[in-house]
Amino acid sequence: MKKFKKGASYTYLGLIFLFLYAPILVLIVLSFNNSMSRTVWGGFTLQWYLNLPSNDTIMDALFTTLRITLSSSILATILGTSAAIGINRMKKHHAAIMLGATNIPLLNADIVTGISLMLLFTRFTSLGEFSVVLAHIAFSVPYVIFNVLPRLQSMSDACIEAAMDLGASPAYAFYKVILPEIFPGVLSGFLMAFTMSLDDFTITYFTKGAGVNTLSTMLYTELRKGIQPELYALSTLLFLLAFIMLIATNFKGMNKKEVVR
Amino acid sequence: MINRLRTSFLAMPYAIWVLICTILPLFYILGYAINTGDGSFTLSNLIAITDPVHLKSLGLSIQIALITTIICLILAYPVALILHNLKISNKGFIVFLFILPMWMNFMLRILAWQNILSNNGILNSILSALGLPTIHILYTKAAVILGMVYDFLPYMILPIYNSLSKINDEVIEAASDLGSSWLNTFFKITLPLSKDGIISGIIMVFVPALSSFVVSNLLGGGKVLLIGNVIEQEFTLARNWNLGSGLSIILMLFVLASMSIMNKVDDSENGGMLI
Amino acid sequence: MKKKLYSLISIFCLTLTSCFSFTACGNDAESADTLVVLNYGKYIEADVLKRFQKETGITVKYEEYESVEDMYAKYKAGSINYDVICTSDYMIETLRKEGELIPIDYNSLQNYKNVDPAIIEASASFDPNHKYTVPYFYGTVGILYNTEKVDEETVSSWNCLWNPEYKNQIVMINSQRDAFMVPLKMLGYDINTTDTAQLDKAFDMLCDEKKYVYAYLMDETYECMVSEDAAMAVCYSGEAAMGMEYNDKLAYVVPKEGGNLWVDSWFVPRTCKHYDAAMKWIDFMCEEEAATQNFEYVWYATPNLTVAAGMDDETLADETVFPTKETLSRCDIYSAYDDKTLDYTTTLWKKLKAY
Repeated sequence: MKKFKKGASYTYLGLIFLFLYAPILVLIVLSFNNSMSRTVWGGFTLQWYLNLPSNDTIMDALFTTLRITLSSSILATILGTSAAIGINRMKKHHAAIMLGATNIPLLNADIVTGISLMLLFTRFTSLGEFSVVLAHIAFSVPYVIFNVLPRLQSMSDACIEAAMDLGASPAYAFYKVILPEIFPGVLSGFLMAFTMSLDDFTITYFTKGAGVNTLSTMLYTELRKGIQPELYALSTLLFLLAFIMLIATNFKGMNKKEVVR
Repeated sequence: MINRLRTSFLAMPYAIWVLICTILPLFYILGYAINTGDGSFTLSNLIAITDPVHLKSLGLSIQIALITTIICLILAYPVALILHNLKISNKGFIVFLFILPMWMNFMLRILAWQNILSNNGILNSILSALGLPTIHILYTKAAVILGMVYDFLPYMILPIYNSLSKINDEVIEAASDLGSSWLNTFFKITLPLSKDGIISGIIMVFVPALSSFVVSNLLGGGKVLLIGNVIEQEFTLARNWNLGSGLSIILMLFVLASMSIMNKVDDSENGGMLI
Repeated sequence: MKKKLYSLISIFCLTLTSCFSFTACGNDAESADTLVVLNYGKYIEADVLKRFQKETGITVKYEEYESVEDMYAKYKAGSINYDVICTSDYMIETLRKEGELIPIDYNSLQNYKNVDPAIIEASASFDPNHKYTVPYFYGTVGILYNTEKVDEETVSSWNCLWNPEYKNQIVMINSQRDAFMVPLKMLGYDINTTDTAQLDKAFDMLCDEKKYVYAYLMDETYECMVSEDAAMAVCYSGEAAMGMEYNDKLAYVVPKEGGNLWVDSWFVPRTCKHYDAAMKWIDFMCEEEAATQNFEYVWYATPNLTVAAGMDDETLADETVFPTKETLSRCDIYSAYDDKTLDYTTTLWKKLKAY
């Protein structure tokens, strides 16, 4: 009975992961497809991978994307973490107001956020790469806050107070006491901010300046006339890179645990 | 007390940020919403929601968002339970496993679903190879729901998983020691204790599903008109930003209302948080 | 202790402001040698863009858009000062009526003589005195069909789209103007009609059609036909040509009632800051080599006569790419709707989708 239950749960888990990763498998297969069409199999090829480094437009878009995504997610993490610490120490109704305002970007349709930010930016600054960074921070900060705050709430104030009583400066207390405790939340907040920024099209489209192209805006404008297969190849590489990183860090984690035992 | 005040100053940059990048743009939208386009005040853009077409698309959005949320909940809870029972030490690993698919561009993944679901697509090829009848699913409401479930499932799994991992295992052990059946333990202890996670999961899925328009564009074949699509069209095709703003204000109020209902159910400390 | 916290905050603010000023500088540095171009996605051969920058020494900030409506929303917000834009006929007319266009100095265009006078003449509908535009590509709206599933006779009239036999096999175009064009043509009305009774009739027909429609598509219609998921699709000639390249069974026709002729043209908007460079750009697009490269990449009908002269007979005879004189005589160009009609038709369009 127990064996059966275990088998059933593994099968279920497998099916869910199949559901989540099926489109990715399709895209990986497409990256080896020797045809410009998405629906015709023209044989196996590596040419899209080989063409990739010499395709300036795609490489430019990749670097722009990385610049925007990295800077926005790092800034959002700093801003969000400090905000979470502050909010956690606020009076309850102040905190509620802050949290309510934090929810707004999550509630709005992307196009509304995009256009309203565009109106704001054109009024006060010019559109460029940096306006996209600002816009990305705007919609990814909430994810950081909501990941960090629960960690802080489950942490007892006594720890920090004890540290301070023992003469630690707030900065020292932050690094030695708070940060280690909330780090998993900060990390997952950062990852979510990074992912959201990587994936966004609508807001980027409206807030970007002339000549600024990210991978997703490039993809979208190519939709009608067919997507360059090099983009499948690039996406596959990005995905595999992330996947390998994930496996590697996990194995490292496992080894550590065994040593402790 | 002084200490508390000082630390809450850390939220100052963020407070300024929220004012400039969240509240101010909101006023822009509100400004458009209560304007006729030539500068005079009107409420017609807000009342426009009562137009039969808008009401119908709002109804459809609610229906699809509800179905999506329910399916996500049914699919996600067992996943969270199984993952919890696996006792993996590295929780970040689990989170990452569900975020990872998002590293492939969203549009590409939805296009891949077109490949899978189309009449001569991968799914139907497998079905006919197995001697089963093929199905017509792409460009129907079912495809839109599938796309949304696909897109939002991780947002349901993660909070439930988090809330399950906060439950003290000893409580469950104690219950079974006292002779409670597995089912009984589940309904009496596990489920109520994971309520927070369920509620934030529901909000995390329901809210974006309500305002989404890309999935219905790509998998609905232009036949499924959601309120998100209407708003998008008003901003682009119809060039009527005033009406678009009015409708999005209404949608926002609607979302806020449904959230506060959910928060009434949720009596915990974390009220007002989405994740 | 307090000091440290404040300094932390101020450092943060400083970083933010420094980032601001950094980009501000970047924008001020825009010299006379830049050109901000806005064009449809994938509507230029990358090498042409490269050669232009190399030969003229002008740095091009190249922007793309997906739909005319997206373009309009972004342009109207005044967020970017575009120097030269390529878009479709009726949108150019809208912008012209709003006073957004600057006349083109045709004398400075050495290669303008390469442009087909017939197409220039056709442009008169949106640029009456021919002051503002230079045609880039043109084409038609028609039916792309699978010859194994549908015979030529059936698709010779638009009414095949109302044939119950092809239920769930029909792809309708997901664009308000083009979708309404079909029933308007069938009813024998002007495709630019502003008569609400005529529009209502067309709307009723579209509602009737909806039950047979597999999907309303705009993007990647050709992929749907290539994979044989549908039997026929209303689409642009350029997309049809692309689909036929991947699947031999596909063919394209403009039904006998006629269709729409669209012309995508370059124009200079009021926001232009680099007029001379914009002229150089337009001139370069009319040059034989650039136009040939673009044609071979985009595969839409080119109004450039020198390109046509250098082409082999087979390509020239390809009616999908180059519509015949007879076909063109049945096609009309869209004119811009006034605000009232725009409002009326978008409401009908919404109703159709919600129907």
